[in-house]
Amino acid sequence: MFEQHLAALPVLLPLIAAPITLILGRSLLSWGFATLVSGCAFVVSIQLLAAALSDGVLSYALGGWPPPWGIELRVDAVNAFVLLAVSAISTLVLIYSKDSIEKEVEKSKHSLFYTAHLLCLAGLSGILITGDAFNLFVFLEVSSLATYTLVSLASDRRCLTAAFRYLVMGTIGATFILIGVGLLYMKTGTLNMLDLASRIELYDSNRTINTGLAFIVVGIGIKMALFPLHMWLPPAYTHAPSAVTAFLSSTATKVAVYVMIRFIFTIFGIDHVFEKMGMDIILMALAVVAIFKCSYMATVQSNVKTVFAYSSVAQVGYMILGLSLVSVTGLMAGVLHVFNHALMKGALFMAVGAVFYRVGSVDIKAFNGLGRQMPLTMAAFTIAGLSIIGVPLTVGFVSKWYLVTGALEQDNWVVAALVLAASLLAVVYIGRILEAAYFKKLPDNVDPNTVKEAPPLMLAPMWVLVLANIYFGIDTSLTTEAASSAAEWLFPSGDTHSVSNVQEMSK
Amino acid sequence: MAELIDLVLLAMLALTALRIIFLKDLFAVVMLFGIYSFLSALIFINLDAVDVAFTEASVGAGISTVLMLGTLALTGRKEKKNSHSSLLPLLVVTVTGAALIYGTLDMPPFGDPDNPVHQHVAPRYIEESPQEIGLPNMVTSVLASYRAFDTLGEVVVVFAAAIGVLALLGIRRKKDSDLESGLKEHKVLHVIAKIVIPHVILFALYVQFHGDFGPGGGFQAGVIAAAAFILYALVFGLPNTLAVASPKFLQWMASFGVLLYAGVGLVSMIKGGQFLDYNKLAADPIAGQHYGIIIIELGVGITVFAVMLSIFYAFSSQAERSNVQ
Repeated sequence: MFEQHLAALPVLLPLIAAPITLILGRSLLSWGFATLVSGCAFVVSIQLLAAALSDGVLSYALGGWPPPWGIELRVDAVNAFVLLAVSAISTLVLIYSKDSIEKEVEKSKHSLFYTAHLLCLAGLSGILITGDAFNLFVFLEVSSLATYTLVSLASDRRCLTAAFRYLVMGTIGATFILIGVGLLYMKTGTLNMLDLASRIELYDSNRTINTGLAFIVVGIGIKMALFPLHMWLPPAYTHAPSAVTAFLSSTATKVAVYVMIRFIFTIFGIDHVFEKMGMDIILMALAVVAIFKCSYMATVQSNVKTVFAYSSVAQVGYMILGLSLVSVTGLMAGVLHVFNHALMKGALFMAVGAVFYRVGSVDIKAFNGLGRQMPLTMAAFTIAGLSIIGVPLTVGFVSKWYLVTGALEQDNWVVAALVLAASLLAVVYIGRILEAAYFKKLPDNVDPNTVKEAPPLMLAPMWVLVLANIYFGIDTSLTTEAASSAAEWLFPSGDTHSVSNVQEMSK
Repeated sequence: MAELIDLVLLAMLALTALRIIFLKDLFAVVMLFGIYSFLSALIFINLDAVDVAFTEASVGAGISTVLMLGTLALTGRKEKKNSHSSLLPLLVVTVTGAALIYGTLDMPPFGDPDNPVHQHVAPRYIEESPQEIGLPNMVTSVLASYRAFDTLGEVVVVFAAAIGVLALLGIRRKKDSDLESGLKEHKVLHVIAKIVIPHVILFALYVQFHGDFGPGGGFQAGVIAAAAFILYALVFGLPNTLAVASPKFLQWMASFGVLLYAGVGLVSMIKGGQFLDYNKLAADPIAGQHYGIIIIELGVGITVFAVMLSIFYAFSSQAERSNVQ
């Protein structure tokens, strides 16, 4: 029975657990339960990735109705790979949350916090594994509402304005996606993604379908904070509780990147989007500007969380740059960076959260002298920071390597040079913080005895991510295999196979 | 004739929207929002989409108006001066509108039976659902069986909204009866409310269980039942309502509704089907579909009722607090 329902479990587990968490009510109890459920979802996603890599596609017809009449869950190498990252980060962040949330969120709201976290996990998993365009929108709403709640739970009152801004922008994005899906439905009469793909092919540059594409791309662009639609992100990530920032920065916008990949490569097809509409040029230009502008913005901030918020927007630029290259290597670099970036940003924001836990501030001045006071936290911070820069033996190097390779394959020297040049900006913004931590003295008004190492439950998940940064930086076989089979799966050779599948089914 | 009615309704809709944009008095804006929803409901009726019209009338015009009025009680009824430049938003709106008009250029002809939406997936819903599911109301068949997973997702969205409101506002317990809320002096209102409220609840139950046969179902029923409680709170005061349905109890109910819905899915899994495969619930597949749909609709109704009432509590307990101060 377990095997049969494997594809549905990543979304069902957190979905059913969320209301139970609310009923449990007590802080410690709901923490334990949420962590356990998220851990189970993680175990399931490991098995799903293994199954997807060995067997190809897992399809699950909800309610027993065959697609396109019913809703289909469809797990392949692409979404199983991203799902693994999302469920892993969720579990680690939940372990980390216990102490972090104790400090940053009112005690009476703890069970609401864990409920919202599980709802967010359920929404993100649902977006990833569904094979139905409208079902994707429904889970987008679940995850978005939970996200706004999570951001607004911080004790800092400024989080409310940030959350409101996020809510307004996020709702506009979701509405655009809904309008786009509606226009597609109007022309095709179906909502199943593969069915949509085969029926959109029948139209040659239709104005209604092109408008649908435009609305969907802009809507997802807002959700993933693609430059210049990223203005909601820095305040939201700055003022949210640390655990929430660690979770969202490594999952929420990256799931939106996946949605973009899914719509462009599976539904509309690269011929249509890139060759007829020429969107690769637009995306590439936006990606390059995002990388430079936001990396530069990151170097001039004084709040360390804002630094990494801008850095996140820049990293989304790398992912979009990868897919705008329109090659298997480029797409693989994009997918790989979705996974790798989760490892780095998760670790970095956890380290920043640990500093807030002990020092009570995340201003860059608060980092002065912490190298001695919090050696383990700052060591984790340093390694994750090197990974962001792209130093060899870390995952950051691996994704940039494939990105540069992808650019060079097409003799695109300009893009390759720009990627390397942007890494220098990362050296600056990481370097400023490391300088404060290791070369400046602890301010006189701070008692060295109160600022000590973070508690073990915060250190452990942080270091798991740091070690993963190094492990997947050295032994790249697992991640590159998954990412390359994902990329090959998405490219046309894999596409024709799946389309014929659906036609058989509908007969 | 239908076109003429559509044109008149759409023109009124556009006028209402323009009025909403330019009015500064937020109380009037909320009222106009209610009118806007009713006009949309009429258009849906004209399109023969009575289920959608019913939902729009009960949710859009009914409960949303109450919740927006609840917000106004906290924030004040005058719009603040906007210091931002409105050039960029105007540009964005114009471009979006132009894109939408461009998108209609290749739109299939309005109401043509040969349109893709009528030719691809829909024929099976229309032709086979009476045999496969056995309900006269096909909208319910699609909503609660073919695409039941979407509806579960929507219930979770409603649940997530409650989590959001509770996290932001919370429901503040009154310390003692230092505040006489409700309309104590209005004897006529008391009498009328006492007559109306039981009927509203009865109607909610009818809508809940009649959804299989005609327009209705859990979403509308939950909202209508919540409206009855809200009316009670408005006339007899919040403390009396809290005594009937406490916030904690509503939290339980909201969770329970979601669990009931998902529980049907789990039972069908245990009986060897896929998640939410109602055919497996009973020996006869049609009976299984009936059981499944009735129970999940009940789950929807319970969650929607509990969430709407919780949100009302959250707003009005805040408002009472600010009245006291």
